[in-house]
Amino acid sequence: MESFFEWFKLLYDNTGINLPFLYDSYDRDRMWNGFLMTIKLSVVALFFSIIIGIIGAWLQNSPLKWTRRIVNGYIQIFRNTPPLVQLYFFYFAIGALLPKVSNGYGGEVPILGGFAWAAISLSFFAGAFNVEIFRSGMEAVPKSTTEAAEALGFSRLQIYKDITLPLAFRVVLPALNNNLVNLVKTTTLAYAIAVPEMLYESNQIWSDNVNVTEMMIFLLLAYFFLVGILVWGMNRWERSLKIPGFGT
Amino acid sequence: MNQSYYNGFNSRKRKQEYKTDLPVMITPEVKEPGSILSSLSAYIFKPWHGFVILFFCMVSSSIAFGVDDNAKSSIAEVLWRWMPLLLKGFIFNIVISICAMAIGTAAGAALGLGQISLNKWVRRVSWFITQFFRNSPWLVLLFFAMFLLPFEINIGGLAIPLPDWVKAIIGLSLPVMANVSEIVRGAVVSLPSGQWEAAESLAYTRRQTLWLIILPQCVKRMLPPWMNLYAILTMATVLASIVGVSEVMTLTGQALAAEGGRTDLLAPFYSFVLLIFFMYCYPIARWTVRLEKKFSVIG
Amino acid sequence: MNWDDSMPMVSIKDVHKAFGDLEVLKGVSMDIKKGEVVCIIGPSGSGKSTLIRCINALNDIQQGSILVEGQEVNDPNLDKLELRKKVGMVFQQYNLFPHKTALENVMMAPIRVLKQSKAEVEKTARALIKKVRLEGKEDSYPGELSGGQQQRVAIARSLAMNPDVMLFDEVTAALDPETVNEVLQTIKDLAEEGMTCILVTHEMNFAREVADHIYFTDRGVIVEHGSPTNFFDEAKDPRTKEFLSQIL
Repeated sequence: MESFFEWFKLLYDNTGINLPFLYDSYDRDRMWNGFLMTIKLSVVALFFSIIIGIIGAWLQNSPLKWTRRIVNGYIQIFRNTPPLVQLYFFYFAIGALLPKVSNGYGGEVPILGGFAWAAISLSFFAGAFNVEIFRSGMEAVPKSTTEAAEALGFSRLQIYKDITLPLAFRVVLPALNNNLVNLVKTTTLAYAIAVPEMLYESNQIWSDNVNVTEMMIFLLLAYFFLVGILVWGMNRWERSLKIPGFGT
Repeated sequence: MNQSYYNGFNSRKRKQEYKTDLPVMITPEVKEPGSILSSLSAYIFKPWHGFVILFFCMVSSSIAFGVDDNAKSSIAEVLWRWMPLLLKGFIFNIVISICAMAIGTAAGAALGLGQISLNKWVRRVSWFITQFFRNSPWLVLLFFAMFLLPFEINIGGLAIPLPDWVKAIIGLSLPVMANVSEIVRGAVVSLPSGQWEAAESLAYTRRQTLWLIILPQCVKRMLPPWMNLYAILTMATVLASIVGVSEVMTLTGQALAAEGGRTDLLAPFYSFVLLIFFMYCYPIARWTVRLEKKFSVIG
Repeated sequence: MNWDDSMPMVSIKDVHKAFGDLEVLKGVSMDIKKGEVVCIIGPSGSGKSTLIRCINALNDIQQGSILVEGQEVNDPNLDKLELRKKVGMVFQQYNLFPHKTALENVMMAPIRVLKQSKAEVEKTARALIKKVRLEGKEDSYPGELSGGQQQRVAIARSLAMNPDVMLFDEVTAALDPETVNEVLQTIKDLAEEGMTCILVTHEMNFAREVADHIYFTDRGVIVEHGSPTNFFDEAKDPRTKEFLSQIL
């Protein structure tokens, strides 16, 4: 492994192509942590955006007109405004309102850091799309199918659990995966509030090493493969869940 | 079984169908086509939108009353003072978005046609370029253009400067190009193969078939996703602030700094930026949904 | 609740049902004895389907009484589970669960609703699949089966609950002509075994051959009823005569 890394050092010495995140252990750690941060941010935001989606879809069926309107208002605001401004709004405007806590060294730090705000902001952003996705999934399950389950004596909860959800899930999976891919790409916005994800760490590295070209090309390839692998995996998953004759 | 009976009741035969097309947004009620003005009014404001604006005002003013002290000018006053500048910044965002959309659409249409080329290599290379730029985050592509494009280009001794905002336009047009390419390919592929066969049997050449038969039909299918892409692009123009272009977000930051970093101004200023984007993008979104609905009915 | 075999299995008295302003049942009464096969025929929109959907409480009624083995269906505190154990139903559109195989479709309700052991249920389910002549199709998904095959799975699914009465709601109306017979044969087998059956059907020859009693409905009322011979050969009411002349 070490000789593999050494080779890139030689590459730099001989050709000037500088890839310090491969031969330099400090930069290697930075890059790796950036990658992990991108994954972590994606997973956390994915989890909460799905929760928001489920609750929102449920609230959209509310008999109360204003509950539905508030949910619709939420969806439209978050879909029709720039996610970066949303992030700033959360991080700077709301963050400024929250109390500060002692950091143990006598200083004070905000109660929520950049990562937390990025996760919250991205969750609400992706969640706005998920509400619509889940709602349309529920609607795609024919009433006659749930009625057949009713005639067989299934309870409402059983119908929901055994019939509606499994069918709706298959219907929404492509849209959900599409949203996930967008979410992963959108995590780069966290750069703007100094969350050390891949783009931010790359920036640190090119500032120290003056190798923008190499870092830029590496970064593009890294996202290309990360998203490519994700898309590939999701397509496989979709295919494995496919039922003959359902949802062509 | 009596055969005559079937003849009478065969029309009852129905196949079970599952609808899986996901409506992208809430479907608005279909209205009778009227004058341009009356149909436009449908996209502008509805009663509950008042709620949205009210929400912004409430957030802003509650903060105002909470923190305001008499030494400072009121938040509304400050916002009012900066509003012309911010709106000018926003117009710059629109300019960037229109330019990037134009470049991206032209390049994307070519790339999309490349994806359906008969030449295997043209097809593969176009596919790869499309996927490469589609998978990349917009912000990374923007950095890419910012750092890797020269500050001026020399064409036969003539130096054409490339200011940051031009680089931003180029950077933003890259993902637009890739998405337009996919839209074109998707629209062509979604057309029933019968159209190609019918044209071929009428002795059209491939080029004629494409330009006279296929593409005119595709325009309708491409319009809603293209408009959707434009709205996404418009919202992405604020990314240019990260790389130092003086658009609305950059100016907002400067205005806040000029006011001495008052924290009570943060929410109103950011709300204002959200609001102007909302007022620009939301009608586009509504219009897109209407077109989608209209075209899906016509087929 | 003191019900015994000698009393009608299903007793319908003066049932009224309206959807909004549209009155579809205007005082319908009929008694069905154990082991009897009853066919309800009539023009479209005469309320036939609504009537049998009321019997297992998929639709509620505004007025009147429906007793199934002595259990009142028109009762706000109705134990729907108890009712649906007694009453099986087969639909026009089969309504199989598309994400479950044929065998799973048959097994699901006894396991989930009746909480029977899986091994036991599987044995009866396989026997039922055999009974509807679908051996070898146990692991096929509904999307892989023809309409007639799906409908037979739906019959087996209903029988798995071991009901006392079977309701058939135009079960051949959505089928290709060549598969109608296989489904009718299955129902005929059931009738010959002594199952109480209530059918809404347009299959006149089948009704004549299998039914013990025929009801003719039009515009929400029973116009005429009697044994198949009486009904088909000696219809008295002009509406019945007109209907029969159109379809025979």
